Amino acid sequence: MPRIDLPLETRPDLQVLNQQGPFAAISATCETLGVGRGGRLLIENLNFSLENGRALVVAGPNGAGKSTLLRAFAGLLPPAKGRWSITTGASDAQEPGALAHYLGHAEASKPALTARENLEFWRAMLAIPGPASLHTPDSALKALGAPQIVDLPVAYLSAGQRRRVALARLLLAPRPLWILDEPLTALDASGQALLNTLMREHLALGGILIAATHAPLGVEALQLMLGAEGAA
Amino acid sequence: MLKYANPTLFSGLVAKVLPWLAGATALAFAIGLWGAFFTSPADYQQGDTVRIMYIHVPAAWLSMFCYATMTASALGTLVWRHPLADAAQKAAAPLGAGFTFICLVTGSLWGKPMWGTWWVWDARLTSVLVLFVIYLGLIALWQTIEEPSRAARAAAILTLVGVVNLPIIKFSVDWWNTLHQPASVFRLGGPTIAASMLWPLLVMGLAFTLLFTTLHLMSTRNEILRRRLRRLAMQAANGGEAARPAHRLTMQEGSR
Amino acid sequence: MSASPLAALFLREIRVARRIGGGGMMGVVFFLILVTITPFAIGPDLNLLSRIGPAILWIAALLSTLLGLDRLFQADHEDGSLDLMLACETPLELIVLVKCLAHWTVTGLPLVIAAPLFGLMLALEPEAFWAVAASLLVGTPALTLLGAIGAALTVTLRRGGLLTAILVLPLAIPLLIFGVSAAASATSVTTPFMTPFLILCALTLGALAAAPFAVAAALRHMSE
Repeated sequence: MPRIDLPLETRPDLQVLNQQGPFAAISATCETLGVGRGGRLLIENLNFSLENGRALVVAGPNGAGKSTLLRAFAGLLPPAKGRWSITTGASDAQEPGALAHYLGHAEASKPALTARENLEFWRAMLAIPGPASLHTPDSALKALGAPQIVDLPVAYLSAGQRRRVALARLLLAPRPLWILDEPLTALDASGQALLNTLMREHLALGGILIAATHAPLGVEALQLMLGAEGAA
Repeated sequence: MLKYANPTLFSGLVAKVLPWLAGATALAFAIGLWGAFFTSPADYQQGDTVRIMYIHVPAAWLSMFCYATMTASALGTLVWRHPLADAAQKAAAPLGAGFTFICLVTGSLWGKPMWGTWWVWDARLTSVLVLFVIYLGLIALWQTIEEPSRAARAAAILTLVGVVNLPIIKFSVDWWNTLHQPASVFRLGGPTIAASMLWPLLVMGLAFTLLFTTLHLMSTRNEILRRRLRRLAMQAANGGEAARPAHRLTMQEGSR
Repeated sequence: MSASPLAALFLREIRVARRIGGGGMMGVVFFLILVTITPFAIGPDLNLLSRIGPAILWIAALLSTLLGLDRLFQADHEDGSLDLMLACETPLELIVLVKCLAHWTVTGLPLVIAAPLFGLMLALEPEAFWAVAASLLVGTPALTLLGAIGAALTVTLRRGGLLTAILVLPLAIPLLIFGVSAAASATSVTTPFMTPFLILCALTLGALAAAPFAVAAALRHMSE
């Protein structure tokens, strides 16, 4: 497991996660995976394996199938061919839904509810048996540098602030696999730096990260280029 | 007068006027109710039931007066885009619905002893019912559109459409009713009304109007405060309560 | 540990409904309008209205329930919540059931409460009030559940409202038949109350057991 220079001893919450539960020995594997959209196969014969602390960046031009592939990883789209599996030390195979955080383009927040109400709801909804998160909606938003918006209806927030509310969801339930679709969208420089820190922490814990992005993420990652010349 | 169109000055004016207005309302109600219950005679046909009239008829007047207020405010919203008009418009809708509801309920209570049933599809009652539904639609529109000034413009358009439509509705309901129900069931006390019954009715009308004015001013002020609160909350979202819009324009190196 | 997922979901649904457009009040207003315009079409004859009053109330309840349903899953689909619900540990069938229950609490229950009041306007016999209310109390949950199937099938469509009604209204015919005959039994001598009422109960229980599976299957397939 690669060591990233992070003061883990100052974060007892993270230490607990590191030693037990789903983070213990996770690996995500693709075997001859093929995914399609609308009956058309977009990606074929994809093979890779990710272990603790590794990140994968999916890149490619618009329409290459980045979002579709990520939806398949999140278990929202059954693979057209091949196999996608996540295994942990806790049990041999589990549904992606219980192990992964999926953050798509849509923010999954209700504009009429406050940021706290939205996050409280997802905290209850995403909770799984096992280690409970030490983050509350307040502390999660604080970690994303936006503690002042916790009591405001999401309708009042800017695009970047809404993004931070969505990202705060990642901290509310500890899950070893993060699947992020364009996570940097709408974030300003400080937001991107905070997200970068969170991603490094997640990897340092032994989590896995899969992100589709156009901009550099700032973490060491495997590159998967979709729709590149010669591959199509 | 125009200077009171400023929301802050308006709030100050309301604070000064409100106690007097509330006092006048209470006084008018005291005189009117006393007249209605003690000095006016019971109807020779309807008995004491006729006293419902002193609530029912002013409520019916006010149900239309509220709509007139809303129409005036709607013009203010659409023509001058004035936030005070928005607030006045929004504040009038639930009051109008309330007075219309009182009118319907008292009419129903009056109908039971008079006609033997709680409700008849009498032209007058039915028109008031349609007015009530229009009020409810306006309230729903206010609640559905989140952005206040957009909601105000939408509600203003609907209010004006309603003004054009209300006489047509009234006319067609009358026509519908006479078509189906030749003999009119009930006419309000005949063409003339005794003076002993008329003055409590007029005083009650005044009391209701004062009550509406009081409530409307209070509610308009609350709406202004609510908007200010909303604005502050949105400001707080952008960091710091005292944050003022600030910007700086610089030319980046190398872009020349 | 915070609240259980289903309790949190119920709370969220109620809150969202309450803050947007007054929640169930809109359904009640629609109900009122339908009851108001019917006499314009058929005339103000109280005897006639009293005879067909239960039918008017039932049709009004049917339409108000259905037309309020098109956003039941669509809003969640658009903002991405549905994806997370599909993926999460709680069975989708239970999520659907809780969403329908919350929706019924906000929109169906006010209709049941308002129905006797509107019955006054249609000159129903006093004995008919409780029959109408009881039949609606039992029947509207089934209407919501059936409507949810239509809402799930049209979840990805921009204008699913009319289509939902077209899909669901034929399925609601049995509910209408037994609901109206239970509601009208109070004023008629030929039909007893209990027979149609118990069949209505059975239909609702059946919908309660089966509809969540149909809705969940539709959502899984439509949102792929």
